[in-house]
Amino acid sequence: MSILNLSALNLSKKIKNKELSSTEITKAFLAQTHKTNAELNSFLIITEKEALATAAKVDAKVAAGQTLEGLEGVPIAIKDNICIQDLPCTCSSRILEGFKPPYNATVIEKIKALNMPIIGKTNMDEFAMGSSTETSAFGITRNPWNTNCVPGGSSGGSAVAVSSLQAPLSLGSDTGGSIRQPASFCGVVGLKPTYGRVSRYGLIAFASSLDQIGPFSQTVEDSAHLLNVICGHDKKDSTSQNIAAEDFTANLQNPINGLKVGIPEELYNTLSGDIKEEYEKVIKKLSGEGVIFETIKLPSLDYALATYYIIAPAEASSNLSRYDGVRFGHRNKEAKSLIEMMTKSRSEGFGAEVKRRILIGSYVLSSGYYDAYYKKAQQVRTLIKEDFNKAFSTYDVIFSPTTPTPAFKIGEKSSNPLEMYLSDIMTIPVNMAGLPGISIPSSIYNGLPLGIQLVSNVLTESKLLNIANIFEKVINFNVNKNAFINT
Amino acid sequence: MTSWEAVIGLEIHAQLTTNTKTFCNCSAEFGATANTHICPVCTGMPGVLPVLNKNVVEYAIKLGLATNCSISGHNEFARKNYFYPDLPKGYQISQFDKPICLKGHMDVVVEGKESKIGITRIHMEEDAGKLVHQGSDNIKGATHSFVDLNRSSVPLLEIVSEPDIRNAKEAVAYMEKVKQILQYLEICDGNMEEGSMRCDANVSIRKKGETSLGTKAEVKNLNSFKSVEKAINLEIERQIDILEEGGTIIQETRHYNEATNSTKSLRSKEEAHDYRYFPDPDLVPIVISSEWVEEVRKSLPELPEARRNRYMADYALNEYDALYITSEKSLADFFENTLKFINKPKDIVNWLMSDVAAYIKSKQLSVNATKLTPELLAGMISLLSAGSISGKIAKDVILEIFETGKNAQQIVSEKGLAQVSDEGAIKQAIEQVLQENHESVESIKNGKVQAIGFLVGQVMKKTGGKANPGLANKLLKELLGIS
Ligand SMILES: [Zn+2]
Repeated sequence: MSILNLSALNLSKKIKNKELSSTEITKAFLAQTHKTNAELNSFLIITEKEALATAAKVDAKVAAGQTLEGLEGVPIAIKDNICIQDLPCTCSSRILEGFKPPYNATVIEKIKALNMPIIGKTNMDEFAMGSSTETSAFGITRNPWNTNCVPGGSSGGSAVAVSSLQAPLSLGSDTGGSIRQPASFCGVVGLKPTYGRVSRYGLIAFASSLDQIGPFSQTVEDSAHLLNVICGHDKKDSTSQNIAAEDFTANLQNPINGLKVGIPEELYNTLSGDIKEEYEKVIKKLSGEGVIFETIKLPSLDYALATYYIIAPAEASSNLSRYDGVRFGHRNKEAKSLIEMMTKSRSEGFGAEVKRRILIGSYVLSSGYYDAYYKKAQQVRTLIKEDFNKAFSTYDVIFSPTTPTPAFKIGEKSSNPLEMYLSDIMTIPVNMAGLPGISIPSSIYNGLPLGIQLVSNVLTESKLLNIANIFEKVINFNVNKNAFINT
Repeated sequence: MTSWEAVIGLEIHAQLTTNTKTFCNCSAEFGATANTHICPVCTGMPGVLPVLNKNVVEYAIKLGLATNCSISGHNEFARKNYFYPDLPKGYQISQFDKPICLKGHMDVVVEGKESKIGITRIHMEEDAGKLVHQGSDNIKGATHSFVDLNRSSVPLLEIVSEPDIRNAKEAVAYMEKVKQILQYLEICDGNMEEGSMRCDANVSIRKKGETSLGTKAEVKNLNSFKSVEKAINLEIERQIDILEEGGTIIQETRHYNEATNSTKSLRSKEEAHDYRYFPDPDLVPIVISSEWVEEVRKSLPELPEARRNRYMADYALNEYDALYITSEKSLADFFENTLKFINKPKDIVNWLMSDVAAYIKSKQLSVNATKLTPELLAGMISLLSAGSISGKIAKDVILEIFETGKNAQQIVSEKGLAQVSDEGAIKQAIEQVLQENHESVESIKNGKVQAIGFLVGQVMKKTGGKANPGLANKLLKELLGIS
């Protein structure tokens, strides 16, 4: 078995018992990245030197007989909207060309403290606005299962990095499904933690009340280990939850007999016939293990997509105001006046989808429209939370497909934004309610993976990961990835 | 001529004297080298988040309580969105529909008449940075404009009054009162020159007796008490002229130019910004418990009125003097500290209101920014009342203290200024004076006794002011044989 096929946990064990060095492992993933990145374009930059320096540090510790912690020495890839000091950070946008943050995101501080070699920064939809990684200013990323297909988005690069064995782990961010949807399209595990579980300090904001950083991995167990690394209260983030630390790997093996699972008909009934059949098979398999599935009604979910496309652009329109050409990033040099400089810098720096959302957001916040749009959307958001809350009094988790379809073709939806927005219909309600959600691979349909999404109540990641871990074993999605290695 | 009445409301921005900024740990100090008090947060770097400085909330509660406001239990910050190069995030974090203080009032006295000025609201917000232009004093026409972000995110309180003010003098009295309270609370230094207190005025006029409001104009850039008074009078006159010529006032923002004492239109209502306010999702609501409010209430210092009354009761100061001494906290503190060294309240007040006032006014300093300390003032007063120096010498001694910071005793002995009470020495001087002033001596002998004052003055002159004037007077009379 190749190094690349090992889970992060197994890699970490092998470093600890000296079967493999962190340098050997890091070199193997770097080699795979170099070999495949020209075609997949999942990485914007590969930080080979820095990664190998970190790996050497870990190996020196091992040689000196020092004990390693958790995932120490296991490589990771980072989405390009998470700030690493002195490395370019573009959010896949021209407007941030040349920008190097003068500080580390809190999650990066944690990853650096743990000596996890950073392989590079991954491609994404511009400012995380998109569901296919096609809005990146630096080229599309391809799905390793079928390179004519999109990897999903916005964290497409991070999903592909794990799926194509360029990295055993990666970090993405999820505002409306940006971790779970590409995880599903690429056949990997993707976790969006509870809002406030992971510090947003250093995550370049798209929609502040929805954004959350989370892991990609091959297994549920690996995501639990990585969540242990990145979670925790942060004084620099007023919205981070001040709660006691817990070990998310402690309950992974708990039995789940008699588990009650709700399937919201608002999400499930939209599926097309033969895709629905795939999910029926999964449900049947899990029912055989004593899991009780029941259809439930969450009526407010019908409005989730519409309200998301008010709240997220509203916050984005304000969050993206700082890109004005004054202090960093792209500036139009020919402009003769202040207004011209700002207007031209922004017009040239932002792509079409970002502009669309800034315009929508500015519109819904305008005086005279605020009450009708933004305020009403916030009220609907409360209803969505209440609907979920009610469901969790009866059900342990909410089950749905992660996406209505498997990965679509490159270009298929890029000219129709509304079609594109619909690909997040399953995942958006979870962000609106601030809940934790996970996508795990469930089956293959026409050569492309499908995923299931499990959602639990706020701050119950431990239980969610336990259920996902058992489901993963039952579903037994076991794909020979050697084809990915030999491309 | 129709008689018009002005309706004025003020918006005052007070920069708070917290150690650190509103949403980061950078120093909030004024006057540092450009861009030395900055960090990723206050320069609006991508990915950073604001964390509220609790002291800002506490300062706001203090001002709210001192101005009879109610304090909101649930507070939210909102983003005020607009583009300008001194605003690094492209929005200012402020409060919108849920300000921290509501519905207060203050009493102000103008020419003996007291009136109650309502306070609509007080809210917390962060300041913007500062632009420094090259080649022009405006961004238009400048060859280069530099951004200094030291001031970015320094905390401000915006104090919005009701339109209860009726003339420019009342507006100034209200502002002075606000400044006084800010200083007593030690939350703002009230220095308009350094911009730590700024003011915009909303002015409209109506016919006397009417109750509805006329169309208002907002006058900006009022950087001194004098500007406030002049600009308001100018605006009232402008509006009266328009209405008396049959015109209509348009709602607009006008910019006051201190140098030319004129205003010009900045923008009309139609061109006004839409700030697209919405609750800042990066900050959680601040809940202010009644316990917190009570705790702050207990920590409030003695405010001007209370002090004034105490001075009148305990030190028998008259109302005018008590008002003067309590007008600035630093002055009242100086008074009380001097009392600790010498228990002569009326003497202290007289010096503070005369020579000390003149000196600090000429140097544009605050009373505690000179070399004169309460202890030095007390020392000087004590020499004077012991008769060791004359009142005239005392005036020189205090100037010397201002210059050198030496104590009065030292100055007197170094310069030989001690009062001469030696009869022999004074007699000598008197004899000389009598010889030189035959005419005066004659007229005194002819009954013009008041001319003796002139002769005393000549004796003082002869002795360099050191002669004890009482003694000189007595000896003169003896020598002239009058009693
Ligand atoms: Zn700062």
